[in-house]
Amino acid sequence: MQPVIVENIVQNYRTKKSVVEALKGISFTVERGEIFGIIGPDGAGKTSLFRILTTLLLAESGTASVDGFDVVKDYKEIRNRIGYMPGKFSLYQDLSVQENLEFFATIFNTTIEKNYDLIKEIYQQIEPFKDRKAGALSGGMKQKLALCCALIHKPSVLFLDEPTTGVDAVSRKEFWEMLHRLKLQEITILVSTAYMDEASLCDRVALIQKGEILSVDTPKGIIGQFKKPLWAIRANEMFKLMNDIKENPSVESCYPFGQYHHIVFKTQENSKENLENIAKEGHYTDVEIKPIEPNIEDCFMALMTN
Amino acid sequence: MQKEKVITAKELTKRFGDFTAVDKITFEVEKGEIFGFLGANGAGKTTAMRMLCGLLLPTSGLATVAGFDVFKQTEQIKKNIGYMSQKFSLYEDLTITENIRFYAGIYGLADERIKEKTGLLIKQLHLEGQEKTLVRALPLGWKQKLAFSIAIVHDPAIVFLDEPTGGVDPVTRREFWGLIYEASERGITIFVTTHYMDEAEYCNRVSVMVDGRIDALDTPANLMKDYSAASMDEVFLQLARKAVRTGD
Repeated sequence: MQPVIVENIVQNYRTKKSVVEALKGISFTVERGEIFGIIGPDGAGKTSLFRILTTLLLAESGTASVDGFDVVKDYKEIRNRIGYMPGKFSLYQDLSVQENLEFFATIFNTTIEKNYDLIKEIYQQIEPFKDRKAGALSGGMKQKLALCCALIHKPSVLFLDEPTTGVDAVSRKEFWEMLHRLKLQEITILVSTAYMDEASLCDRVALIQKGEILSVDTPKGIIGQFKKPLWAIRANEMFKLMNDIKENPSVESCYPFGQYHHIVFKTQENSKENLENIAKEGHYTDVEIKPIEPNIEDCFMALMTN
Repeated sequence: MQKEKVITAKELTKRFGDFTAVDKITFEVEKGEIFGFLGANGAGKTTAMRMLCGLLLPTSGLATVAGFDVFKQTEQIKKNIGYMSQKFSLYEDLTITENIRFYAGIYGLADERIKEKTGLLIKQLHLEGQEKTLVRALPLGWKQKLAFSIAIVHDPAIVFLDEPTGGVDPVTRREFWGLIYEASERGITIFVTTHYMDEAEYCNRVSVMVDGRIDALDTPANLMKDYSAASMDEVFLQLARKAVRTGD
């Protein structure tokens, strides 16, 4: 039995005048022990989905199960089995680091000692501050404490809602290294993020946009779905170059990517020559043109504009 | 020819008690430049930005923004800069045109000019027919594009952008940068912080703060060369890993 099964989940939010369709009938399954990423921008429906799976929100329609238990009927059983780290810091700010951890251990009828192995590596980094109030911790340390509290009862499925939002590149990298070590303990991890580059760190991902899943696959599989050749170009005046390329009728899309623009053509003949001509006509200097492999963000943009 | 400087900072320092949040930073930003201001959480970016915006009095050093002194002329600074962040931007319970009118009014634009600017902005952002939509009902990406346009509605010398694209979808994130480029071509200086390292590569120059200091400052291409890195992400990781300070 797969630890997470989602079937045709629909969720709408109603105000007096309008209906917001947060989830438009989404389905997917997560395998035991995998890191499954829900990748999409703000407003895609990631948090609604997590709240439904953690039994904090009733879906309008559709079914879902966690560890074989129904999210509506068996919510009590699910709550004992899962760990949940919401996007918003939700520990007790006026309790110390250690008090928070003890509190969560007690709630789940266990002790810190019993599952210390699981959190040891993460907890040791915040242990020097164990008497500090949680509210006075830095962002990175809050995140580590929240992860410890979500793990202290040795959950079988861990739900992490945007754990790396607003976190700098170094801390993000460290956080993902922690997740990969947890995976070795056979915990299934569902993690959401708006950072497309984090997709490559997951075993499988669901790309989600406006309440719909665009694609579910391994990161490699997603990239494999990108069928058209992709070109990269750089030159001295990048903004002007982008406008020139976009005006060319043979161009399907042109997006800036760091130092390069990534270009897809409508038809594949003479792509390189086309780019060379654009560069020549605009009198650009320092021109570099090369074919490249797409990344997840290229794929996401191609899927969302389809 | 000497280009006009919009920011000059010399040994600018801010101490809170015995903690030195910003430690003698020295740099200049030219008119129309897109300047990326990077650093790990807790490196001192926000404190430095608050001083440059005239919101926080420095402990020592010198700095001018748009020609005004950060110690003595903070009110003039506020009138001559624009500011937007991911967290605070617009009034959700006002409509699009009400927000434009409100901010333009705050900055002292005449009625005639406000009308003109409103029309221009609605057209530029393709928001025709949605003038009376509440900002609350707009998708995040639209909100951020509108917030940026409103932050420069008074044609400031410089606009400070504090993580303007966090959580925004990748297509809209790029449209947002299109607006940044256009503003820069009009001569507005852009001072931007971001956690997206590909965006750092769109900047003319980038500084990286580590433990309150500016440890690197150059064009992205030169930084990548100096650090033998293939991307700004690698440059950033090499620099930020040296940090002794942790957290926010």
